[in-house]
Amino acid sequence: MTEFTPFASLVGGALIGLAAVMVMLFHGRIAGISGILGRFLPPWSNNKSLLWRAAFVFGLILAPIIYQKFSGIKIEHIVSNNLIIMISAGLIVGLGVGLGSGCTSGHGVCGIPRASVRSIIATITFMSFGILTVFTIRHVIGG
Amino acid sequence: MGKIVFGLLSGLIFGFGLVISGMSNPAKVLNFLDIFGTFDPSLIFVMGGAVIVVFVGYRLVLRRKQPVFDQVFQIPSRKEIDKNLIIGSALFGIGWGIGGFCPGPAITALSLGSEGIFYFLPSLLIGLWLSKILKKGS
Repeated sequence: MTEFTPFASLVGGALIGLAAVMVMLFHGRIAGISGILGRFLPPWSNNKSLLWRAAFVFGLILAPIIYQKFSGIKIEHIVSNNLIIMISAGLIVGLGVGLGSGCTSGHGVCGIPRASVRSIIATITFMSFGILTVFTIRHVIGG
Repeated sequence: MGKIVFGLLSGLIFGFGLVISGMSNPAKVLNFLDIFGTFDPSLIFVMGGAVIVVFVGYRLVLRRKQPVFDQVFQIPSRKEIDKNLIIGSALFGIGWGIGGFCPGPAITALSLGSEGIFYFLPSLLIGLWLSKILKKGS
């Protein structure tokens, strides 16, 4: 069980939205994490724009450290340490967001408000398959 | 320099959002996806909050002629619903349901010190690299 946190989740979501708006205001780009990560992998296209993206990624890594230091709140973080499970999950997510040209941020956060049909269909698809997968693992195999 | 400073700042705020909202906790994500079990609807509020802010924010920002540090706004314009979009998103959903990580929280998790993320993130990058090769070939 995890605690239902509507208020914190709404505030956190609004911050994610604010960051996405800032990326558009300053860099003129959709804040898609998979797109940003993809830029660092070969075949490279435009190396000049890598610097601000590297700074963005660095900010993502730094955020939990700063948050814990200043709030004193320990961030809850429960992750499977199963080697096979986590490697396959990573490979499938990487392949999927690459082929599908976006993930929760690019298609969900940035695409839905633009009423992009591709993004809305992508979001419905990954949500449905996520629900189906958890159902299968927890209630069919594990149940 | 401004580009880098505001890149860092946006990344930080994005990261704070992931942490405060609970998205950075794979257990919470998996419970959100477990609608027939230990369902935790919190993540609906994450997506809701983000979508509302982006909806209003993009409208205000796109009134400008150009972004602060660039010449043009680069908004995706593709409309076609192709095989890659559907298959890719379905695969992403499956992997998300297995590990509880999507790409953003997977980066934030690097400083949260779990063992699993060091298996997950390099594999994600390999998968992403493979997708680039596959897309180039098609």
